[in-house]
Amino acid sequence: MRISMDIELKDVPGQMLLALQPLSECKANLITVLHHHQKRTPRKTVPVQLVLETRPESIEIIKAKLEESGIRVVRVGEHRFRESMNVVLIGHVVHTGIQDTIDEIDKTGFAEVAELSLSMPGINLLSSALIRIDAVGKEDLQKALSILKEVSVKKELLMVLPIDIQA
Amino acid sequence: MKTVCCSILGFGAIGQGVAEVLLMKKEYLRSIGLEVKVVAVADSKGATVDPEGVNLADCLARKRTSGTVALESITGIEVISSVDHKLVIETTPTNIKTGGAGLQNMLAAFQTGKDVITSNKGPLTLKYRELMETAKAAGSNFRFEATVGGSMPIINLANEVLAGNNVKSIKGILNGTCNYILTRMLEERASYSDILVESMQLGIAETDPTYDVEGIDTACKLVILANAIFGLDVTYKDVEITGITKVTPEALEMAYERGHVIKLIGEVSRERIHVAPRLVPINHPLAVGGTLNVASVDTELAGEITITGKGAGPIETASAILSDLVAIYGNQ
Repeated sequence: MRISMDIELKDVPGQMLLALQPLSECKANLITVLHHHQKRTPRKTVPVQLVLETRPESIEIIKAKLEESGIRVVRVGEHRFRESMNVVLIGHVVHTGIQDTIDEIDKTGFAEVAELSLSMPGINLLSSALIRIDAVGKEDLQKALSILKEVSVKKELLMVLPIDIQA
Repeated sequence: MKTVCCSILGFGAIGQGVAEVLLMKKEYLRSIGLEVKVVAVADSKGATVDPEGVNLADCLARKRTSGTVALESITGIEVISSVDHKLVIETTPTNIKTGGAGLQNMLAAFQTGKDVITSNKGPLTLKYRELMETAKAAGSNFRFEATVGGSMPIINLANEVLAGNNVKSIKGILNGTCNYILTRMLEERASYSDILVESMQLGIAETDPTYDVEGIDTACKLVILANAIFGLDVTYKDVEITGITKVTPEALEMAYERGHVIKLIGEVSRERIHVAPRLVPINHPLAVGGTLNVASVDTELAGEITITGKGAGPIETASAILSDLVAIYGNQ
């Protein structure tokens, strides 16, 4: 699973290496490191945000090893989505099963429908939906988009994408 | 003073716009050493021919009162073959299925060594390569700035002003009718069909609006850009097209509440040519309203350059034709 972890390092040389050691030992895959050099916590430590992929059972082990090395682990959580995009769907959005459309995205694990606005002006009239898709990264967003595109073609929905997205 | 003898083939709104602009700009053209002498004006019913130069004001008046400029029963093709002149200004109506009279006129003009300036998209959409090769073989000049974006100088911008830059992509709004409909639907929270009726009453949409609203007109313009700027050899069939007929006022409103407008965007690059309604941030350079056209040219060295202008209208389109004329003969 993909998790984010906020840790605090002492402002002395070699701390980052110390922090990465337990990840390596537990075969965790490091996705991103945000090292806030310029910031200091009230404890005079440097905040660092990690995103990593690891087995659920390794999380506690990594946490314990970090704390043994004197590194404070402030927060561990499922990784929040970093990419987001609005998409408009027009057609028989509800009658063709809106839940099913949402499920197709949600079941990927790397993206989810985070917001939905729906307008149904009348029976036999086209409905419109604006959905916000959140995804872990840019590639995941693009993958979610491909899934939505397939669903839209199948359900004869017009999909209106943002101009900066590769359609 | 250099005299350029020319014909105007097609005397609908654009042809008449050209005549008006030539009258308006007579002194300017003289100031750069050009005397443009129109020796024939033709419409679908016949032509007026005078080797000494027809009277354009009379032509315009006759067209308005009797519905035709024709004084004799002679076609555009016959004008090309029988009347001595150098330049054909081809403004017959667009036909994207066969190329129509425009295609025949252009080919005949090149075969007799004449230059062509046109606003007619049809022939360029269908037979770009053939037209270019025929023009080249004949040593003829061939310019068509007016076919894309009306007054907006997109082709000449990319090929001449930005010469040396590798153009990566062009995207924009290339159909004023669709832009008007989408703008008004949002403003009035009115349905597509209601605003379409309004657009027809105002003369912004044609009686048969299919070409515009289904995205076909935008696709044709992208084909011209793809061929003329990207050096591709594509036709209208190579474009993925989605029009605006399904767009609802509710969708426009929801998008607007989140800071976006919906616009029919045409996009061309070496990899892909495609037309579809897209979400455009309200403060984005492409988010222009009304009947305006807009295009962003993404270039290798200069970065992104955006131009906007009136995409239709007789005088605006004639402005592009005039700039082509000056480009050919102004510096010779």
